[in-house]
Formats: sequence, C-alpha cells, structure tokens
Amino acid sequence: MRVGLVCPYAWDVPGGVQAHVRDLAEELQLQGHAVSVIAPADDDAPLPPYVVPAGRPVPVPYNGSVARLSFGVRSNTRVRRWLRDGEFDVLHVHEPASPSLSLLACWAASGPLVGTFHTSTLRSRAMHAAYPVLYPALEKISARIAVSEDARRTLVEHLGGDAVLIPNGVAVRRFAGASPMRGWPGAGGALGFLGRLNEPRKGFPVLLAAFERLAADRPDLRLLVAGPGDVDEALDDLPARLLPRVTVLGLVSDPDKARMLRSVDVYVAPNTGGESFGIILTEAMAAGTPVLASDLDAFRRVLDDDRAGQLFPVGDAAALAARAGALLDDPGRRASMVEAASRVVRRYDWATVVADVVAVYEMVTEGAAGVREDVRNGSRLGMFARWGR
Amino acid sequence: MDLWVGLLIGLAFVVLVLWYLSWTAARLDRLHARVEGARYALDAQLLRRSTLALELATSGLLDPASGVLVAGAAHEASAAELDERELAESNLSRALRAALAEPEAIAAVAGNPRGAELLGELDAAAKRVQLARRFYNDAVQATKAVRRKRAVRYFRLAGRASVPQSFETDDSPPAGLADRVPGAA
Repeated sequence: MRVGLVCPYAWDVPGGVQAHVRDLAEELQLQGHAVSVIAPADDDAPLPPYVVPAGRPVPVPYNGSVARLSFGVRSNTRVRRWLRDGEFDVLHVHEPASPSLSLLACWAASGPLVGTFHTSTLRSRAMHAAYPVLYPALEKISARIAVSEDARRTLVEHLGGDAVLIPNGVAVRRFAGASPMRGWPGAGGALGFLGRLNEPRKGFPVLLAAFERLAADRPDLRLLVAGPGDVDEALDDLPARLLPRVTVLGLVSDPDKARMLRSVDVYVAPNTGGESFGIILTEAMAAGTPVLASDLDAFRRVLDDDRAGQLFPVGDAAALAARAGALLDDPGRRASMVEAASRVVRRYDWATVVADVVAVYEMVTEGAAGVREDVRNGSRLGMFARWGR
Repeated sequence: MDLWVGLLIGLAFVVLVLWYLSWTAARLDRLHARVEGARYALDAQLLRRSTLALELATSGLLDPASGVLVAGAAHEASAAELDERELAESNLSRALRAALAEPEAIAAVAGNPRGAELLGELDAAAKRVQLARRFYNDAVQATKAVRRKRAVRYFRLAGRASVPQSFETDDSPPAGLADRVPGAA
C-alpha cells in the first residue's frame, strides 16, 4: 500500500508524536509498504529519505505552551502538492485537531483518511470557538484511532463518535537487545527513574524520599536518573551523604535510554498524576526490567492489573520503599515479573501495533479509489467563506 | 499681642495644611476616575479586537489551521481571568501576526469584500488597543506618583482604593496589514 503520514509537529524536536510517526513509518516500510511522511521542517534540514519538509515551523503559543507548527498558504500549497504527487491509497494524519499540517491535510484531501489522536487534553471551549473551520475538516476522517483510553475518552467527550484503541508501539527488539552500562546494576542493586526531574507530577521527590529510607539499610544501593531538568534543584532535599550514590544522566538519546533501562534492577515510575499512557513502562518491560509503578489508572492498564509489574499507592514513599526493598531482595519474583511482562509487551510491539493499523487501512480503502486532492475547496482559499458567494 | 499673632499664624498654618490635604484627596479622586475610565476603554478595545479576530478565524478565508489558532487565541483572550489577561492578549497578538504573516494570506482575505473590510477593522482595532493601553498606563503612572507622596500615605488619602496596576502586553499588530489596507495610516 502507498501510505501518506502527516506529522503536525516539528520533525527535529523530540516529542511523542514525532517518535510515533517515525517508528510507524519505519515499521510500515519493513512490512513492505511505500511510505511518505510530511512534517514541519526546514527545506535544508537533514531528514530521513521518506520525509518531505513542509517549510520551517513557526513557534506559536498553543495549548499552554509554545508549539512549532506549520500553517498558512505556503504550508497548504506544500501539502496539496505532496498529496497530488503521492498518489496514496490511504492518508494517515496525526493529532488532526492541532492547528497544523494534519488539519490542512484533512481539508485538502478527499478519499480514505485515518486520524490518530494522541493527546488526552483537548481545549474544548477554544476548539468550539473554531467550530466552523475545524469540524468540517475533522468530519472527513473515516476512521479514528486513539493511542490510550484517556485519549479515546477525551475524543468521545469533545468530538463525539468513537475511536479504535491502538496503543503507542514500542520497538521491543531495540530495548531487549541493549547492553547495560558498565558497572551497572552493581552488587548493591540499582533503581532507575526517567522523566522531568522538576515536574512534581512525575514523582521524583517521592522516589528520593523512598531512596533515603532504603539507603539506610543498603549501603551499596544506587539510583540511576535520566531526564531533563535542574539537577541541583531536584536533589536539594537529599542528604549530602547520599549524593554520591545518585548518578544523573540528564537528557538521553533513544539508544542510551535502552541501555539505561537495562542497567537497573527495578524501574520505578512514581508519577502522581497526569499520565494517559505511560510509554516508559512498556519500554522498561521491553528491556526486561521489573517495573514498580504508582497505582494510576493508566499504569494499571499497561501493567495488566499488577500482573506484568508491581503497583504501589500513589505518592506513598514508605510503601514504595517497602516494595522496592522486597523486590531487590527477591530475584525469583523479579524474574517471574519480567517473564509476565515480556508476554504483555508483545501487545505493544510495533509489529503488532502496525498490524492493527494496517487492518484499519484495509477497512477504509476497501472499494475506495485512493487519496486525491479535494478540488471543491481547491487552491482558491475562501470557497467556504461565509460572505460574498 | 505676640500670643495673638502666634495663634493667628498657627491657625493659618493649620488651615493651609487642611486645604492642601483636601485638594490632594480631590486630585486623587480625579486620578482614580481617570484610571477607571481608561481601563474601561482598554477593555472595550481588547474585546473589539478579539471579536474581529474570531470573525476572521471562522470566516473560511484563512486556512483551517490558522483559523483554529486564531479562534482559540481569541476565545482565550476574551474569557481570560484578570491575572491571565495580559498573557492571553499577547498570545492573540502573536497568533494574529503568525496567521497574517504571509502576503499571500493577506491577499486571500482581502480578495473577499467583507474580508477586506475585516482587515481594515482589525488594523484599526489593533491600533486603538495600543492607544488605549498607553492612555491607561499613563493614568496608572500618574496615580501612582501622587500616591507615593508622604502626605498621601500618612493621612491615607487614597482611602480604600487599591493601587492600580499597569497593563503590560504584546500588542503589536500584524506587519503587512498597513501596506495592504487602503486608507490605513
């Protein structure tokens, strides 16, 4: 099949949606499909061969932070040209509700259109204000996919209808095959954390409090930390004597993330809220590392209700310390957790996820002619103008 | 004799002080009223701008992505709470500038008769926001200057009126508008 993928966020900025589109494109190609991706990027930016740049992304405030998006006449022209040249059997847009390429593609295309919704927060009142231009474009999507239960629920609440749940994929191969960092986990055991250090909802302070308790009885226990943030501020509350036992890697690349996950005895996800999926859990499971996570709905779902990992009460550092201690002392229990996890994570392997996605493609393309440019609202902007018709 | 002269001078002095305090209080009253009036005008101009922006966004004359961006920002600006107002209005300015950055985009809107009108009205509204904000901040400045006087503070001449705050926001209008819009200054 000839598949066109649309990424709404700047390609060279690390982000969940971009990583998803990239992995999806590569897995689809592995399975023999012809794939082209259009994404906001500079014309002379270094891009993989299957990515077409749509022009330099513009930083604008959107949804509470600054996003780098592509919109306007030039982006619209690029999208239309890409559609015409691509002769796709199916067009797959990501985050179509965001004001960028995906929305432009919905507007510009006619034919089999699939949309994946990643976010679990949609500013419904602001979107409602844009109703006359937003909804007619979104309505053209024949099949809607949500990557998590929360995203699906948000979609249903704000846009009505329903969506198929196909989770974010994880490249199990890449994680299982990574080698641990030299000297890790070490004889005294090691705990791992990956996330924004200064964002309270990521739960780093909870882990630090638990580590302090555990460190008292375990002289060689170490903590491996990765992720962006102010290290000094994050470690402020930790007693100075424990500082040498904490290794902070900062922001890590994907291959290093895999190695980091393989370097610890237990991966801890102490998040206190705001998680709609928990992809890091699937990555830890893929790496064969036992997972100890907060009892959040999203985490409980990913860990298959405690079967593929262990849960602890949200925010409870004492409980976290107790359970982490128990796990560190029980290699047999860790091994059985890892085994159960490796079965669960197969569901999230890109190979499986892509099979589900291709099934959706096949459903929408059945009997359809292919994706063409929608010439009703052709290159002449203003066909839907409310006045002067 | 000296006692009477002394008393008379003392009395004159007291009368002078009382007159000064009463005059300053009245002056403060006028300043507070000026601030209120200027704030009212500023709010009205900001509202006019976001209403026009929303109309442009949902007109179909812009691409839908720009439309969603501007509509969202216009909505947030008009619905913002007091402490988030400045940021929301700045975001609207940025969204408008981004949506009308390309000459082709402006041309597409101006091609439609109501669109051309709208651009003119937006340009005028943007300029009025800048003026209204300047007048408001001037009034705030003047009021704060008088409130800082020692006499005002010791004798609490400002009463229960709260200290006015200046309104800081990015209100630069879209660049290409002035050249495009006929008759715009």
